[in-house]
Amino acid sequence: MKYTTRRAVGLALTGLTALAAFIIVAMLALILLDVARNGARHVSWAFLTRPPSDGMMGGGIFPAIFGTAALTLLMTLAVMPVGVLTAVYLHEYAPPGSRFARWVRVAVINLAGVPSIVFGLFGLGFFILFVGGGLDRMLGYEEMHWAQPSILWAALTLAVLTLPVVIVSTEEALRAVPLDQRTASLALGATQSQTLVRVVLPGALPGILTGAVLAISRGAGEVAPILFTGAAYFLPDLPTQLDSQFMHLGYHTYVMATQSPNVTEASGPLYATVLVLLALTFALNLVAVIIRTRTRRKAASAH
Amino acid sequence: MDRQATMEQGLTQAVAAPRLSTAARRRQLREKAIAGFITLMAFTGIAALLLIIVFVAKEALALFMDAEARHEASLSKMFMAQEGRYPFRWQPVSDTPKVSMIPLFVGTLKITFVSMLVSVPLGVFGALFVAEFAPRRLRELLKPVIELLAGIPSVVLGFFALMVLSPVVKDLFHLDRPLNGTLAGLALALAIVPVIFTVSEDALTAVPRSYREASLALGATLWETAWKVVLPAAAPGILAACVLGFGRAIGETMIVLMASGNADLVSWNLGDSARSMSATIAAEMGEVVVGSTHYSLLFFIGVELFLFTFVLNMVASTWTKKVLRRLTGSAS
Repeated sequence: MKYTTRRAVGLALTGLTALAAFIIVAMLALILLDVARNGARHVSWAFLTRPPSDGMMGGGIFPAIFGTAALTLLMTLAVMPVGVLTAVYLHEYAPPGSRFARWVRVAVINLAGVPSIVFGLFGLGFFILFVGGGLDRMLGYEEMHWAQPSILWAALTLAVLTLPVVIVSTEEALRAVPLDQRTASLALGATQSQTLVRVVLPGALPGILTGAVLAISRGAGEVAPILFTGAAYFLPDLPTQLDSQFMHLGYHTYVMATQSPNVTEASGPLYATVLVLLALTFALNLVAVIIRTRTRRKAASAH
Repeated sequence: MDRQATMEQGLTQAVAAPRLSTAARRRQLREKAIAGFITLMAFTGIAALLLIIVFVAKEALALFMDAEARHEASLSKMFMAQEGRYPFRWQPVSDTPKVSMIPLFVGTLKITFVSMLVSVPLGVFGALFVAEFAPRRLRELLKPVIELLAGIPSVVLGFFALMVLSPVVKDLFHLDRPLNGTLAGLALALAIVPVIFTVSEDALTAVPRSYREASLALGATLWETAWKVVLPAAAPGILAACVLGFGRAIGETMIVLMASGNADLVSWNLGDSARSMSATIAAEMGEVVVGSTHYSLLFFIGVELFLFTFVLNMVASTWTKKVLRRLTGSAS
């Protein structure tokens, strides 16, 4: 084949790969535009701040927003210390070639691949029935108190689900802190933990925050794990205690989309709910991706 | 012999720990305690994985221990053809419960097949474009944008399938039902593409520049270099990406639950409604009596899902390590 033909064929096939990339971006744009266009019409201050009424057709979704926020806050409180310290162990404390560290890594990789619905089963079997049931027996409740779905168990289930996200981003952040800074600190007489708290962790803070933001965004959007660990379709009261159930934007979307008698009629509030959920998770994701791209570039230029 | 012993003794004496002040000793103790605590925290990941399999399996165990459950849902009833007009049915709450897992397997595989058919070419070709052909500026824009697609909650993708894709797909393929395996597969592809893209792109970028330079210097075109040199070099990583995507597709719940129609058919027709394993758990766990046979069955499906994805994950991570070791000379 002549060089020009080969070049032409190559260019055509290259165009095909460009088309693939374009289709992916176009689908993303299509989803965002569709939700934004149809949702914006129905989002108002009243929609965001009022409880639902008229069988979900009227009123707003404030309890669902509140429930999602409370759930995610609890989850973050649970996952961040454990996730960050695990990453610190893997990158700062584990002796080189440590078998334990290798096992932890394998476990984290596999944890990230466990289907979200299996986390739901785990939350039910472990947190609600085992831990909750144990608590009830220990505290002497006659009726079920802790051994039923609640915001606490849902948050802990989500914390286990988002653990790999936090560990992986924190480790990446720790890797970006130059070794010189650690050795300089140690050479000045600081202990390992002092170096960690005053030098390494502040240096890795943007990356650790990225991890937190990614975990929050993931946790806020997951529905499968909370299906039977605490979410409810309609509650008159906000969740004020750790043992109360809660309303959730994602769960609300799911039930409204699949169980409304008339989806076309419900599509206004439904689209608006999706827009709020998407704005929440997507905005967080956008922030995380921007910070991460920046740290990566900085790390790449530092080496 | 004797002399050596005295020498060794002398040496140990010489390097014996210097006497520390109380403050220094306390500090050392504190450092040890902190290190111990951090190590303990690192154990959580392993513990979580073990607890998941133990507690999901524990609830499924009744199927094999309890006589009544063993009768109602024996292995042959779950996996073999039954007598009657419909040899494979999943109707665990009817008067005579039918508990065949075959329709669930078929449904899961069918939906996964459609999604892989779409997402593998899209993801790998997209990654090839971003890694090999796109100008630097475009690459730095495309990569995070495609990663953003992974940030859309699956319930939103399911909703999008229901509201927007469903009529389009129904007309396009002339299907009878608005909710079917093809729709679920296509919607699922939206969730899988970013996974395949990201892992493939990482594998392609790991290929050293010298490979490309050597190929170009020998007169190959850019495309030939990408297709015949870079892609084969990154092949294990790209396979890993596909396996990872496959695992994700099998386990994905909300999209399939909302878009597949959830009928327990054993049919390889892609236009028929399909019921997947994950969606079955999600749809039925809410109404089940704790401790019943049906309850144990749903946990048993969970165990199967866990094992499938676990194996796929191990395979994928082994291949990823292999490609890294081959290309960079070290496994990190």
